[in-house]
Amino acid sequence: MEKMSNKEYQKYIEERIPKPTYAKNMIFAFIVGGSICVFGQIIGNILSRYGLDKEKVASGTSILLVLTGAFLTGIGVYDKIGKVGGAGAAIPITGFANSLVSPAMEFKREGFIFGVASKMFNIAGPVLVYGVGSSVVVGILYIVLAGGG
Amino acid sequence: MEYLKAFIVGGLLCVIGQIILDTTKLTPAHILLIFLISGVVLGAIGWYEPLIKFGEAGATVPISGFGYTLSKGAIDGAKSNGVIGAFMGGLKSTAGGIAAAILFGYIMAIVSEPKTKS
Amino acid sequence: MALKRIGTQTVKLSNPPSMVSTASIVGPKEGDGPLKDYYDVILEDDLWGEESFEKAEAKIQEEAIKLAIQNADLSPNQIEYLFSGDLLNQITSSGYAARQLEIPYFGLYGACSTMTESLSLGAMIIDGGFADKVVCATSSHFSSAERQFRFPLEYGAQRPFSSQWTVTGAGAVVLSSTGNGPYITYVTTGRIQDYGITDANNMGAAMVPAAIDTITRHFKDTGYNPEDYDLIITGDLASIGKNVLLDLMRKEGYDLSNNYTDCGVEIFDNVRQDTHAGASGCGCAAVVLSAYIYEEMLKGNLNRVLLVATGALHSPISVLQNESIPGIAHGITIDNMIF
Repeated sequence: MEKMSNKEYQKYIEERIPKPTYAKNMIFAFIVGGSICVFGQIIGNILSRYGLDKEKVASGTSILLVLTGAFLTGIGVYDKIGKVGGAGAAIPITGFANSLVSPAMEFKREGFIFGVASKMFNIAGPVLVYGVGSSVVVGILYIVLAGGG
Repeated sequence: MEYLKAFIVGGLLCVIGQIILDTTKLTPAHILLIFLISGVVLGAIGWYEPLIKFGEAGATVPISGFGYTLSKGAIDGAKSNGVIGAFMGGLKSTAGGIAAAILFGYIMAIVSEPKTKS
Repeated sequence: MALKRIGTQTVKLSNPPSMVSTASIVGPKEGDGPLKDYYDVILEDDLWGEESFEKAEAKIQEEAIKLAIQNADLSPNQIEYLFSGDLLNQITSSGYAARQLEIPYFGLYGACSTMTESLSLGAMIIDGGFADKVVCATSSHFSSAERQFRFPLEYGAQRPFSSQWTVTGAGAVVLSSTGNGPYITYVTTGRIQDYGITDANNMGAAMVPAAIDTITRHFKDTGYNPEDYDLIITGDLASIGKNVLLDLMRKEGYDLSNNYTDCGVEIFDNVRQDTHAGASGCGCAAVVLSAYIYEEMLKGNLNRVLLVATGALHSPISVLQNESIPGIAHGITIDNMIF
């Protein structure tokens, strides 16, 4: 192995890693992701039919989708959807629920405070940090730009 | 028709995510963040709105829709309540989803056990 | 003057210890694999009645050690040292297993190379005259390793094709100064090799250079050639690593294509069981040795084996800090006869 430099070895390995099945993954991501969105659309339409206003429909849909994602994670189904759907299962808000519930379940044996409650945000925490953080920046930028111009 | 549009828009967003996932070493957690931030930025510059008009749930259900709601909330808050509103708006508009995630997440964690993959 | 040393990294044992018994306990998925007829115990449920996967792993290791001692018609108080290790933080499975056994205990961490690390030390301790009977054991558990090194079990992520499946199982070997073999005759201790691989989903690639270094060093130190072995088997390089090793060994001037395989390739049927590149974990080399290799040697189908267990010495923290993965490989020669 003395003849091979680190760079050469890394390149050599890179060429030997089997490539993902791009087409199959994309098709399944499309179907799974699209289906979850259709499910969201159905929920939204039902809520509108009950006369809820636009804002309540949006929040209600999020809540029900999160409930669905959490439930499917709890009964051990969402990881299987994720295995097939990939990004199609990760990107919808149900995937956000999955990323929150799965570590919470896993760390239950470490207790309800330092296990469930603190590990709950292991994967989902950054979403809240960067999401909420950047929204405040956007709001302030709006004031600066609108006030200045 | 709206179902078909939602299916196509949501599906395509996920395909973009899958392409990033398969061509880089990023994990699904990274993808979630990329889409979220994209939603915040596109929402702020007004480019996400047309996508929602067209695709409805296809654009709101993906996490980028969550980002859009955050930035729209912050801007609306800034409009009506200034700087304080900019701080409050984002969370206010997404409060339902976040509170649901925390509560349902906690309950599901209490009542269910992780199972070994087969 | 160290009379037993040959070459730069190898020890030739002058009173080779005998592997007087072994035991292997595996989980249901391993028990469904190609080696299913060799294992002593196949669990129906990988929690094995315990509350957590960590407790289950400790129990699997403890029971494997007890079973190996029992198979040798001995009792734990006749064992002078226990060498064991596992993958979990602070090797807790091994500590908890050793707690019940009351055998003087050396805890080892060599990641997935721990089985040959423990056998190397156990064999040298016996050869040196410091003990007559020792037990060497390791364990790993898919579900406890998964959450420590990767994601929670219920998280919906796709596994890359280069990823490996941690073996749920434990293997234990009783070594004795007396016995009729198979014997451990040579110990080649590896040096860390790090070629800058940072992808924890491709551990095989990170460990191949260490395996190559140890195997070539073993040949140079002992004067043996690949043909002198019935089987040369690495720990858990899995399918990608196996082919890379064959290819790079050829460049080093050694053709292993006739008698080389990898434990990580043998445990699962990668296509049917969806394990991608193959198996990994401390338990991987441990159960293949305790079950398959040992039984085939007793039957006389294999007479001389070079076992080179390989370890990736990274942690979840080092991976997050973008450190590369140091690889290690320890080799032992197992002979049915001593010359």
